[in-house]
Order: sequence, then C-alpha cells, then structure tokens
Amino acid sequence: MELFGDPAQWLPFTFAALMGVSILVYVVLDGFDLGVGVLFPFATDDEKDTMVASIGPFWDANETWLVLAIGLLLVAFPSAHGTILTALYLPVAIMLIGLILRGVAFEFRVKAPTPHKATWNWLFFAGSLMTSLSQGFMLGKYVMGLESTLGTWAFAMITAVFLTVAYSFIGACWLILKTEYTLQAKSVDWAKGGIWGLVLGLGAVSLATPLVSPRIFDKWFTYPEIFVLAPLPILSGIVVLLMWRSLLRLPNATDAGARTPFLYAITLFILAFGGLAYSFYPYVVPEKLTIYEAASAPESLFIILVGTVFVLPMIAGYTALAYTVFKGKAAELRYD
Amino acid sequence: MDTLMLSRIQFGANISFHILFPTITIALGWVLLFFKLRFNATGDKKWMAAYGFWVKVFALSFAMGVVSGITMSFQFGTNWPGFMETVGNIAGPLLAYEVLTAFFLEAVFLGIMLFGFSRVPGWLHTTATFLVAFGTTMSAFWIIVLNSWMHTPQGFEMRDGIAFATDWSAIIFNPSMPYRFMHMMLASGLTVAFLIAGLSAFRWLLGDRSDGLRAALKTGVFLGAMLIPVQIVMGDLHGLNTLEHQPQKVAAMEGNWETGPNIPLILFAMPDEEARENRMEIGIPNMASIILKHKADGIVPGLNDFVTEDGEVLHPPVAPVFWSFRIMIATGIAMLLLSWTAAILMLRKRRGPDALPKIMLLAMVPMAFSGWVATLAGWYTTEIGRQPWLVQGVMTTEMAVADVPVPFVATTLTAYLAIYVLLLTAYIGVLFFLARKAVTGDVPRSRTPQSGEAMARQVPAE
Repeated sequence: MELFGDPAQWLPFTFAALMGVSILVYVVLDGFDLGVGVLFPFATDDEKDTMVASIGPFWDANETWLVLAIGLLLVAFPSAHGTILTALYLPVAIMLIGLILRGVAFEFRVKAPTPHKATWNWLFFAGSLMTSLSQGFMLGKYVMGLESTLGTWAFAMITAVFLTVAYSFIGACWLILKTEYTLQAKSVDWAKGGIWGLVLGLGAVSLATPLVSPRIFDKWFTYPEIFVLAPLPILSGIVVLLMWRSLLRLPNATDAGARTPFLYAITLFILAFGGLAYSFYPYVVPEKLTIYEAASAPESLFIILVGTVFVLPMIAGYTALAYTVFKGKAAELRYD
Repeated sequence: MDTLMLSRIQFGANISFHILFPTITIALGWVLLFFKLRFNATGDKKWMAAYGFWVKVFALSFAMGVVSGITMSFQFGTNWPGFMETVGNIAGPLLAYEVLTAFFLEAVFLGIMLFGFSRVPGWLHTTATFLVAFGTTMSAFWIIVLNSWMHTPQGFEMRDGIAFATDWSAIIFNPSMPYRFMHMMLASGLTVAFLIAGLSAFRWLLGDRSDGLRAALKTGVFLGAMLIPVQIVMGDLHGLNTLEHQPQKVAAMEGNWETGPNIPLILFAMPDEEARENRMEIGIPNMASIILKHKADGIVPGLNDFVTEDGEVLHPPVAPVFWSFRIMIATGIAMLLLSWTAAILMLRKRRGPDALPKIMLLAMVPMAFSGWVATLAGWYTTEIGRQPWLVQGVMTTEMAVADVPVPFVATTLTAYLAIYVLLLTAYIGVLFFLARKAVTGDVPRSRTPQSGEAMARQVPAE
C-alpha cells in the first residue's frame, strides 16, 4: 500500500477518478437510451418498436453504471453520499420512479395484452423524461453547491431542460447509427433540433460554475492555468461545428458517416465532464467536503481497489462482446 | 408518524417488493440452464419450448428486480445515511463486490441470453445463460454476506464510533452467513418450483397438452418435492444458529416471555406486549424445548431477559415476529403436502401430469405464489426480529435514520406504494396473460420494420 506514497492521498484520488469515469460512462450510455425514450412521442408506433429494439440488449447494463457510480460514492465517500442524497431527496425519488417505470415498460410493452401497449409506451416516455429531468435538476443543484434558494432552484430547472435535450440529442445520434430509411432521416432532424440544447446547456453550466464559486473562478481564470485550459472550450466549439457538418451529410445512400455524430456527441460529453471535474476537484460536496475528508478507511478502499483492478477490464471486455453481438442496424428482438 | 417509522415502512416496502423478483430470477436462471442443457443433450424441441416460455418470465422478473434494486441503493443515502457513516468500511466493499462481480455479469450477458439465440453460436448462448444464473447467485451471495454480518457482526473494531475491518474472512464467513445463504437459495428454488408448477397447471387446465408444458410441469413438481424436505432441515439449522447468536429473536418467534425449561410450542396466541404475556394461548407441551434443545427440560430463552433494569426494551416487537414465523411454517407445510402428493401420484401411475386430479391442479394455481408468501414471512421474521438493532449490538436503527422532513418521506412513500401496487398487478396479470397466450398459440409478432441491413443480419450466415 505504501508503494505510491501516502495511501490517504492516492486512494481517495483514485476512487474519485473511478467514480468520475463511472458517472461519465453512465451519462453517455444511459444518456442515449434515456434520450431514445424522450424522443418516443415524435415517432410512429412501428418506429417505436425499432427504437426500443436498438437499445433493448443494452439498457440494463447501461444502468448498471449508475449503480456502480452511486455505489462508489457510497463505499468510498460515505459521509458525502449521505449529505448529497439527503439534499437531493425529492429529485432522487422522482428519478427512481422514472427509472422504475421505464425499466419495466421495456418488458411490459411487448408482453402485456396488445391494447395496453400504448399505455406502456407512454409510461416508457414518461419514465425516461422524469429520469432525464431529475438528473438535470440534480446537476444544477450540485453546480449551485446544493444550496436551496429560489435562484438555485430556477437554475436547476434550466439545467433539467438542457440535460434532457442533450440526452435526446445523443439518443438521436444513436438512432442515426442504428436505424435506416425514414426513421434515420427523422433522427437526423431530431439531432439538428437538439443541438441547441447541448450548446446552451454547456454554456449555462460553464458560465454559472465560476460565477457561483470564486474558488472555481480563480481556478480557471488565473495565469498560467488559463492557457492550459483554454483548449477545452475551444475544442468543444470545434466539435460542435464538426458535428453540425456531419449531420448535414446525412442520411445518404451509402450510409457513410452514420456513426460520426454519435462519436462527436461522446467527445463533447467527455469534454464537458472534464471541465466540471476540474472545477470541482478536490471537493465531492461542493465547497464543503473534499474527497480526502470524506474518504473511507484506506484499508477498506484498498480491498475494493484490488477487486476493481481485476474486474473492470473484464467488464469492459464483455461489454464490448455484447456491443459486437448486437452491432449493425437494429433488428427485431426475438427470443428464438 | 415520525420520520423513523415512515422511513422504516418505506425501506420495508421497497425491499419486500424487490426481493420478490430476485427470489424468482436466482433459481429460474439455473432452471433455464437445465432446460438448455437438456436440449443440448437430447435435441428434443420440447426443452426449448419450455425455455422459450420461461425466459420471458425471467426477462420480466429481471427488469422488475433491477429497477427496484436501484431504488434501494439510493435509499441507503437518502434515508439511512448513518448506516454507511458507521459501518461503511465493512458494508462498502461488500456492496462494491456485488456490483463488480455480479451486476455487470448478469446485466451484460442478459442481452445475449434473451435475444442472442439466433445470433450467436449455441455454446455462447449456453455460456451466457450460465453466466446470468451465476451472476444472480453471486449477487445474492454478497448481499446475504452483508445482511448476515448485520445479524452476527464480527471481524471488526470500533474506533471513535466507526467500524473498521480487521479480518475480512471473519466478516465474509460470519456465523449466520452459511445458514442464511442456503436457506435463501432453497427458498428461491422452491419459489420457482411452485411458480413453474402453478403456471403450468393453469395452462394444463386451459387444455394445453404440449410436450414443452409436460416437461415444465414435471420439472416444477419434482423440484419442489426434492427441495422442501431439505429446506425444512436447513430452516431448523438456521433456527438453532439464531438461538445461539440472537436468542431474543427466537424468544419472539416462540412467543416465550420467561426463560425456563419445559417450554411449549405455541400454535396460536395473541402476544400482548403491554401485559408481557400471551392471550388465548394454545400449545404443545415441552415441544419448543425439544425442538430447540432436543430435550423436554431444555432451557429456552425468554423475552423478559432482554429488558434492561431501567425498562429499555432490547428485544424485537413480538407479535409481527411471532406471526410471520407461523405464516412461513404453515406455507412450508402446505408446500410439502402438495408437492409430495403430486410427485407420488405422477410417479406411481407413471402417467406424469395425466395422473393429477383436477382439484390438485386447481390447488397448484394459487400455490404458484406460495414461495413469495413464505419468503416474505421468513424475511420479516429475521429482519423485524433484529430490531431494535440495525447492526446487532453495534448500532440501532434509530441511529441511522436521516433527518428528512416527515412530508417528504410521506410523499415518496405514497408514490412508491402506488407504483408497487400497479406493477405487482401488472406483473401477475402478464404472467397469466403469457400463459393463456402460450395455450392459444402466439399472437402475431410485433411488426418491426424488416428491411435492408437489419433483415440481412437475421438470415443465418451459413
């Protein structure tokens, strides 16, 4: 344990990094399948079947990253877990109810009697929307330091909408990659329509974070950090432009570049997340509790780390296997 | 009601709803693997017919289990922050290992198991089925380890009110873990056996006589008949283990107030905690002493030993534990009678399900959910029986509760309850709908547009 110096230093950092990666992977993966759910009302009934078929084999594993992220918060930073989740009590409950509804709707919509299918389709949409909105709300509250005032509440409402639009955007990009013909053409339109939410959302969070916290302001706008960090927003801008260009080329006869928008969307999520992570480090509860103060005993963290080091590559491996088995355009899901 | 009571009801409602579905998926995974292996060995299509029906039930149950499980992982933080703050160093790694070794395994391979039959080689589909079954079992293992540690904690030391692990093998292999784990695995096996028997009997009564149905009905009845005696022995051993480590729980289960010899086995009573006595007691003399101590004058602990001199009650509420325990036992006896009669009839005349009288098939249908009743009653016995402790002797439940305003908890509790009622109704309704549909033949498939590349991928590449 002494190999890398003081374990009370590097272990919390490692776990904060692991948790960050899990949240990022979750936001990208469940982001696209939540987004597909949010787009449901714009699709015909046949298209809805294809949309679900495109995420059916993946959604369950996607949500597991949320369990891992919250699990790491729980196990590595127990006191922060309590503080954050009690502060976000109601949005968490709404998110959970949303996750319950959409999760079971996947199964019920095809197994319940046909007349009930429309109801389950609606619940699938409603659940996806509740989940996306409440996650965006929580992001807003977190950025505002978990304070409860009218201003922070209003800001959180705005981030709720922006994150939902961002999720539908990455969902539309996923559909461009996984579908054909009319639905693909529709998805291109949805993606074009959603890009503004992404840009405004990024802008709002990027502007609000340094304004709320002088500490974060100093972190970004002091010499020489400003030169090291300047590429982050500049890169984001370039990615947005490239994404717009790639959308203009779709759909086309050879399906060339169908996966490009999705890859750009992931890049943008990574950049945005990197900026947030840099802003808040070393705090896990904004301005109140650092990862070093909130961390579990080094002995316990080390036990978890040993398992993680062995198991994470395996998880990555069999996740890749699943995406390979179900690669290509979405086909009807059947049990035989 | 106060926040503590509301939070307890909320967590109780959550975990009760949740456990219904893992109880099915843990054992159903292995039954599906059995169907698949029989198909691989015999090439008989009936096994895939059975697989095809039950994998749908599995998929539905799995989704219900996943979403209700996510809810619980959040409630640790939203309602019980004191739990992780005090024993997080022990509970944390156990929960982390569950997510890492079990959740991902089952979640990722579930896709291949459900939708991969015509996409991947046969061996990979069988392997995926195995890994999902293995994953659910591992998940149960880690959770039971943590739960058992809360009943019989060891391998740790307290420093400034926080638990620190000192011996991980002592934590994992804590005294009640092997008993609880086996008891739960058998409970899952029985739940699935009776679910399969019950839904199959329902199909039989509707006139289904297909080979796949016969295979499933036989599997259900014989699995139930095999597991129930093992479970009775296991339950007894678990009880003796509890007597050693949590005597106050056994005292509540027996409804015994005063420690002493020649304690009767109480069949019926109304435990009265105010008067500290039983009303309307009917019992078999000496039987509790004989069961627990194997002799008529064996000393059985009484509840009055667990009240401190200044009147603090350190034993669980008596009536709920007393009654849950009896419901579990009664359900177990019903399971024994039904499965053994059915198995004997089917074996003696060598006619399989044709030998079963209609009344017996009719009895099997409601018994499809007997496993749920027994499992819930058993968990209520052991978990209410742990009160007022959250971690036996280390922290009380009251110490862990979050300071959330009463209206918040009341609101979320109401919402959860409404959703659970809705989903449970839908779930049971869909099980019977699927069964009816299997009898009348599948309705046409959903009309997913099939074209271009999507269509090409459906054609086996040979």
